[in-house]
Amino acid sequence: MEEIFSVQSLKIYRNVASQNWLTALIPAISAGFPSPAADFIDLEIDLQKEIVKNPASTFYGKVQGTSMRDVHIDDGDIIVIDKSLPCKENCIAVCFLNGDFLVKRVRYDEGGCWLVAENDQYAPIWVGQDTDFLVWGIVTNVIKFY
Amino acid sequence: MFALVDCNNFYASCERMFRPELNGKPVVVLSNNDGCVIARSNEAKALGITMGAPAFLFEKKFKEQEIHVFSSNYALYGDMSNRVMTLLGRYSPAMEVYSIDEAFLRFDGNKHVDLRKLGEDMRKTVTQSTGIPISVGMAPTKALAKLANKIAKKFADKTGGVHVIDTQDKLLKAIAFFRIGDVWGIGRQHEKRLKALGIETVLDFTLLPEDWVKKNLSIVGLRLQQELAGQKTLDLEPPQLKKNIAVTRSFNQNFTAFEDVKERVITFASVCSERLREQDSCCNVLQLFVHTNTFRPDQPQYNKSITIDLPFPTNSALELAHFAVDALNRIFKEGYGYKKAGVIVMELTPANAKQQQIFENSDPRHGHLMAVMDKLNKSMGQNKVLLASQDLNTRWKMKQDKLSPRYSTRMKEIITVHAK
Repeated sequence: MEEIFSVQSLKIYRNVASQNWLTALIPAISAGFPSPAADFIDLEIDLQKEIVKNPASTFYGKVQGTSMRDVHIDDGDIIVIDKSLPCKENCIAVCFLNGDFLVKRVRYDEGGCWLVAENDQYAPIWVGQDTDFLVWGIVTNVIKFY
Repeated sequence: MFALVDCNNFYASCERMFRPELNGKPVVVLSNNDGCVIARSNEAKALGITMGAPAFLFEKKFKEQEIHVFSSNYALYGDMSNRVMTLLGRYSPAMEVYSIDEAFLRFDGNKHVDLRKLGEDMRKTVTQSTGIPISVGMAPTKALAKLANKIAKKFADKTGGVHVIDTQDKLLKAIAFFRIGDVWGIGRQHEKRLKALGIETVLDFTLLPEDWVKKNLSIVGLRLQQELAGQKTLDLEPPQLKKNIAVTRSFNQNFTAFEDVKERVITFASVCSERLREQDSCCNVLQLFVHTNTFRPDQPQYNKSITIDLPFPTNSALELAHFAVDALNRIFKEGYGYKKAGVIVMELTPANAKQQQIFENSDPRHGHLMAVMDKLNKSMGQNKVLLASQDLNTRWKMKQDKLSPRYSTRMKEIITVHAK
């Protein structure tokens, strides 16, 4: 705003921006040949959309340790965890056991399941019926930062 | 049919979701500034922790009974609430989000849908996807859906967390069971009045003559009576903009100096203005209150509030801060230890419908300034850009000793998963 007139408490303003009304209209004037690319304009790639299928049930976790090395889940990686998915045989899951979140492969067996590491230096853990144990979510992706 | 879905002990459940070792253990969540208890797990309820219990009185009990205490983490609760509401939205296009942890859904048409099964499915889906347990009550009216929900929760062993009032028999059973005070929207005054007349249960209330109810409890009471008798009078309400916005906080210490209280009041006004801009509104009235520590009757007490009509509608932080300080000047008294203050803005009007006044107007330059401020604060994190009159050091940080990480909204605060 630019003050153009002032008498005591009465001030009259002119909106400076409105001087540009002509230039503001120019983009709307179309002339000549339309861009052939206009029909092919695409949105940018949305990684979130590609990776996260169920946003309402997806959470993230930071990996600490090397027990899943052979499936390339390494120390410092971010894993994408979908809680809505069922825990199928052989899936990689985030489990809660003895006060810790653990990432393991789940193999069912009679009367319980095995939590299997992907690194031969770590022995599988047996989870029986009466162990306090929870499958917290299913790992769907790993994000690495090189 | 209506369903009322609500999250069980919502804030406590959010905390537990990321700390599964706390399942089955007593958990409480404290209000802003760790003032008092605002959420309890069932285990904490069983230990006799009451809603609103002042934290400092219970500190010893928390320790002795090994109760896990959290500061309120609204970033987390807000995000978890959105997730729950998104999932519920799949069950019906007709939904009213009633509060952070409750929603009404309306089911139209098909009478052959097995509502109980639907409710069980909702429970399973929401709990598995978000870790938040919910209860579902269904009935022909909203008021009855509320009661059905209470039954679902109260008798969770029997109901499995889902209760459907779909027969006259179940309706009678429900309204004969609940006291009039249990009903949604019956005020204390009306409750007293009805009790004096010997009206104890909801059933008693529904049997009162309509004329009497209308005369004594107004049309609102009459509608409620009809609702409770199974006759639908209320429908889902469209989302409404907030009618007023309040920012009130306890201070983490007593303030006696005007300057200290003034700084707080400016901050509250600034937060109000931010919320106004979020919903594209301006306010026309500003209310300010200050009070001393009511838990310390041994100290001199002073409570005062003031309401001022603003000369023009505004949502500018600068202008609201100015008016708030003006208001504070009028009610501040020396010689008291102030413990709490609040700024409430009212009579909200859409920002784009501002009427130009002849003599005084909101400074139009503020609009641009505020837009830049909001943008910076959004991209760089809250409170990076403040008014110069606000304190920049951390002295005023809310007391949040037991704040949990924002597991679901901040990359730096996500859970750690061990590969061991």
